[in-house]
Amino acid sequence: MAPVVWLRSAVSVLGRFPALAGVTLDASPGEIVLVQGPNGAGKSTLLRACAGLVPVVRGEAIVLGIDLVADRLPVRREVAYVGHASGLYDEMTVADNVTFWSRAAGLSRDISAASVMASMAIAARLADVPVGKLSAGQKRRVSLALAMSRGSMLWLLDEPHAGLDADGRDLFDAAVRHAARELGVCVMLASHELERAESLADRTITLVGGTVHAAPAAENAPAPQVGAVEPQVTHVG
Amino acid sequence: MNSPVPEKFAGTSASRSTQVLGAVAIVGLALVTFLGLAATGEDQDQKNYYRIMYVHVPSAWLAYTCFGICALASAMYLYKKTQWWDLVAGASAEIGVLFTGLALATGMLWGKVTWGAYWRWDARLTFTALMFVMFLGYVTMRRMPAPFEVRAKRAAITGLIGVVNVPIVHFSVNWWRTLHQQATVLRPDTDVKIDGLMLFTLLLSFAVFHVLYVWLMIHRFRLGYLEDQVESHGLERAIAERQAEARGPVPVGAGQGSGQ
Amino acid sequence: MWGDAALVAAKDLRLELRSRVVTNQIAPVAVVVLMLFGFGLDADVGVLQKVTPGLYWVTVLLMALLAIGRSVDAEATAGARDMLRLSGLDPAAIFLGKAAALVAQLLVLEAMLLMGVSLFFHATIKGYVLVFVAGLLGTVGLASIGTLYGALTGGTDSKQTLLPLLFLPAVAPVLLGAVRAFEGAFGTNPHPDDGWPWVRLLGVVAIVYTAVGTLAYGPLLEGSDPA
Repeated sequence: MAPVVWLRSAVSVLGRFPALAGVTLDASPGEIVLVQGPNGAGKSTLLRACAGLVPVVRGEAIVLGIDLVADRLPVRREVAYVGHASGLYDEMTVADNVTFWSRAAGLSRDISAASVMASMAIAARLADVPVGKLSAGQKRRVSLALAMSRGSMLWLLDEPHAGLDADGRDLFDAAVRHAARELGVCVMLASHELERAESLADRTITLVGGTVHAAPAAENAPAPQVGAVEPQVTHVG
Repeated sequence: MNSPVPEKFAGTSASRSTQVLGAVAIVGLALVTFLGLAATGEDQDQKNYYRIMYVHVPSAWLAYTCFGICALASAMYLYKKTQWWDLVAGASAEIGVLFTGLALATGMLWGKVTWGAYWRWDARLTFTALMFVMFLGYVTMRRMPAPFEVRAKRAAITGLIGVVNVPIVHFSVNWWRTLHQQATVLRPDTDVKIDGLMLFTLLLSFAVFHVLYVWLMIHRFRLGYLEDQVESHGLERAIAERQAEARGPVPVGAGQGSGQ
Repeated sequence: MWGDAALVAAKDLRLELRSRVVTNQIAPVAVVVLMLFGFGLDADVGVLQKVTPGLYWVTVLLMALLAIGRSVDAEATAGARDMLRLSGLDPAAIFLGKAAALVAQLLVLEAMLLMGVSLFFHATIKGYVLVFVAGLLGTVGLASIGTLYGALTGGTDSKQTLLPLLFLPAVAPVLLGAVRAFEGAFGTNPHPDDGWPWVRLLGVVAIVYTAVGTLAYGPLLEGSDPA
């Protein structure tokens, strides 16, 4: 099966600093891949590059059939990305945030804020609470729930477990497994919590100094066809 | 720029062409100075004070040229996406700061000797001051650190917005000031009767200033090119260093990964 | 696309409603500025009345800078800039939505300021229609230019000083036109015209910059990335 993520010696620069100094890796549909490494290794940049937020200036990068070096903009709507920042407006309520971001993502108006919140067991009573008043873990749940509701085939999650309590982690892990096994979603996550994350992941990639150290499997996969993937997320409105 | 650099020019942004241009500019400036200060006669009303126009008027025109080239180069950059156009736009804008500043300063000096005040709210001076600030804004924008493509695109868009800004501001200021026709007399730049030799000198000055512009552009362009080179070489080195750092700490014999 | 613009505008307005920055923070500053003008001009009512339109619009400009900064910051703190880029929303729609929300907020501010100048400067309005039309068009111009430059400088570190440097020269025509129009409306006009010709200038600025913003906003969202 064609890899969802296909990078060959990809270089990404933040200002003058080569955060990714030549990354080669593959990730297939239905795979849960853990990206681990020390601080400053470039894990976040790797995820952001795959999301099309950061340009890839050297090498090759094809994600979901889209050539990131040529034009990375189209890949953004196709992926689900959760970064360090919550992406939620503190002064707006949970329900308002969920509604806004769901509509912004073009999800049809049938997807209700309630169902999105329920997917990560966010208590209904929190719907009218301003996000700024939530704990870090609760905000995380909201961000993750929003990402998972997009219907993307590639999830890029940066420290998804951060701040979650035990129940939250269980819920999240179950959702990820379900998405990967049943729906064929490819999940790439970066995490420091090795034990927990390794048990969730199918395989682990170690990133050090912006390059991949010890990434077994599938490195000789041929380049996927650009444009072969139909856009999954359709925009409404 | 791809021809081999002769020995004596190595390490500078000079070349045969800039030497020639520079020589022409120096000769031209000398000629203009002579004609402007000595050979041409006095003006009826302004006596010798009008001579500053030989510097002021070409400077002001050159400011427009700089702006025009910058806008054109910005548009071409967005169309072709080559570094060359970005460098042209940036160089032209910086030189524009120089000449607009010169036009402003000479305008104020001229005003001081003819009106008695360094500043008067007349359309031309006011607009020149605003243009100076707009150039400054653009140049400052270019200095914001960012990856090359991001910075170049942002600068190009700012430059293109200038195509809209400048005429609107120009028109507004002109319209505004025509409502305030001063009852008093002297308008320095319009009341000088420009005849034969004066006209020639003025036109010569135009030409020389433009030669100067090209000379400055070539040098600034090359500097900009070299700056970008340094940055991308720096990138190569930084990549190599980062990769070395990556390989470093792994102990020998522990099974090094496939690297990249 | 219009639906998306409305979505973004509603979001920005909702944010303002909840945080009340314009009404609780910026408006009071505006009132203080008016008073400072009073102090500075020695409370000479004759002078104040004459210069009311100018003082009014300079105050509006400065408050607009604050409001624009706020509009940009709101995205920055949430890390929402990334999310907006990822959302698939048409950048033109984001621009129109943000500019529209800014117009609404500025209009509220301007209404308060009008009351302020009536109070402090004893200003009287003779041409209400002119005030309304000129105020609206001028505000649209300010909001478009501001949203545009806000996006341009939003990803940079020195946005607080770079924004005014770019914004203020560009809005000089709006200031010129709006003050002349208001002079006509307030009856303090030293010129022969009644202020309406300037409304055309304001209209041109509003249309031109709305168009420019719609076209240019996309590339501008790609600012420098937060690390």
